Amino acid sequence: MNESTAKFKPGERVRVRFEDRPGHIRTPWYIRGKTGSVERIHGEFLNPESLGHGGDGLPKKILYSVAFQQGEVWERYDVTQDKLVVDIFEHWLDPAN
Amino acid sequence: MARGHHDVGGLAGAGPIDQSQHELADWEILADAINQALGAKGIRRTDELRRVREEMESDAYQGMSYYERWIASMETILLEKKILTRDEIDRKLAEFEKKWGEP
Repeated sequence: MNESTAKFKPGERVRVRFEDRPGHIRTPWYIRGKTGSVERIHGEFLNPESLGHGGDGLPKKILYSVAFQQGEVWERYDVTQDKLVVDIFEHWLDPAN
Repeated sequence: MARGHHDVGGLAGAGPIDQSQHELADWEILADAINQALGAKGIRRTDELRRVREEMESDAYQGMSYYERWIASMETILLEKKILTRDEIDRKLAEFEKKWGEP
């Protein structure tokens, strides 16, 4: 596992990119545009956006677990302490302040 | 583009998830075995099968059960990679239908 090249550290606030483009994308629609915090760094993996179309998956991409407050993801969700954790690749994340 | 037919998390009207257990039919177990064999031989990657299911015509996707989608996506990959031809698949299907009756 090569965490040294990871752009974000656990605890950092990140915003998921809202991109609408064709291709095999693992970032679920409902989480695009949402802000959360990095929970952990899983390491680097072959890129499924390339593998899905017969590519070699290179360069590898860093995968994170990102935690979101449920109330920020869903309207009318009022249990404030609940969180949702989603695995998201680095190229789908921007720093959020 | 907008969201794909596979990407339904949080959509209103989807209803509750059916969490009941069900017995797998023989053909479903066979579909899984073929999938494993294609993976072991390096013919398909999971991401490729997912991509094919995402690209399917939406009505067809909605009309299929889980393992029917698996079979359809494996068929597409085998055609894409020119391992089987449409003609070969259709001929074999006709053979089985004759032997076992219409599905």
